[in-house]
Amino acid sequence: MRRTVTILLLVIVALGISLSLAKIPFGVPKSKVGKHYINEGVKETGATNIVTSVVVNYRGFDTLGEVTVLFIAAIGLGAVLAASGREKMRKTEPASLVLYTGCRILFPLILVFGTYIFIHGHLTPGGGFQGGAIIASGFLLIYLGCRERRISRVAFNLAESLGGLVFVIIGLLGLAFGGYFLLNFLPKGTANTLFSAGIIPIIYIAIGFKVGSELAGIIDNLIEES
Amino acid sequence: MIFVFFLILLMLVGAVAASIFRDLISAVIAAALVSLAAAILFYFLQAPDVAMAEAAIGAALTTAIFIIAIRRTKRYEE
Repeated sequence: MRRTVTILLLVIVALGISLSLAKIPFGVPKSKVGKHYINEGVKETGATNIVTSVVVNYRGFDTLGEVTVLFIAAIGLGAVLAASGREKMRKTEPASLVLYTGCRILFPLILVFGTYIFIHGHLTPGGGFQGGAIIASGFLLIYLGCRERRISRVAFNLAESLGGLVFVIIGLLGLAFGGYFLLNFLPKGTANTLFSAGIIPIIYIAIGFKVGSELAGIIDNLIEES
Repeated sequence: MIFVFFLILLMLVGAVAASIFRDLISAVIAAALVSLAAAILFYFLQAPDVAMAEAAIGAALTTAIFIIAIRRTKRYEE
């Protein structure tokens, strides 16, 4: 009886969703705002990567919220793990020579690649979140390969706090200069060069540091515990 | 075009495998395969920004966090 009712309900829901989705034309540009971003985005923000101009400029406040969510998640994880009490580190066998040497060679290359991704966020695909995640995966490699090396928590916390602070201060400066939060008050320069697009590269560098240190801090917390 | 269908097939196989494996480490690796195929698929669908985030977070960091968590708990599902 219950199963029949469930199946019936599922069929009704599926029918409703498919009927309402069938009315939406597929592959036809519908929103005016999307067209505006594509046509005017480079002129208005100076960033040739349209995704970046939407994420950091048109929808910059949402990005601040997104960064805050990640920050709260990292703090929550740290608090839960600290409340459960830190155990002594179990004895771990050292990694083999091949893994150890490979990690030491690859780690700086991964760091440089991640930094490149977030510095060039306004020109090429990628940005603060992607670059930060790549940097965190570099730290993951260090934790797997050279476990006796520890990166100081103070440096992580400093990078994280500075990243968030720079983002908010740039936003407040826009409020002071032009009257609204996260206004692009710096000169936009010529499009498609490294020093262009005003505040976008600065914000993306801040986000890159913040996301990288947060994700690396999460991994650090978890590995210390296991 | 054939490669895109191959990727979608790979994702389906990985997703089904992740749900039926009893060994949780194998299940996590299968889920990482789904993420990796999704990242390549995003690249072919001309969304390189999403592809980068998916490859770094979905395939690398999430897998590592799951494996660390499984080491702390049980490896086999009964």
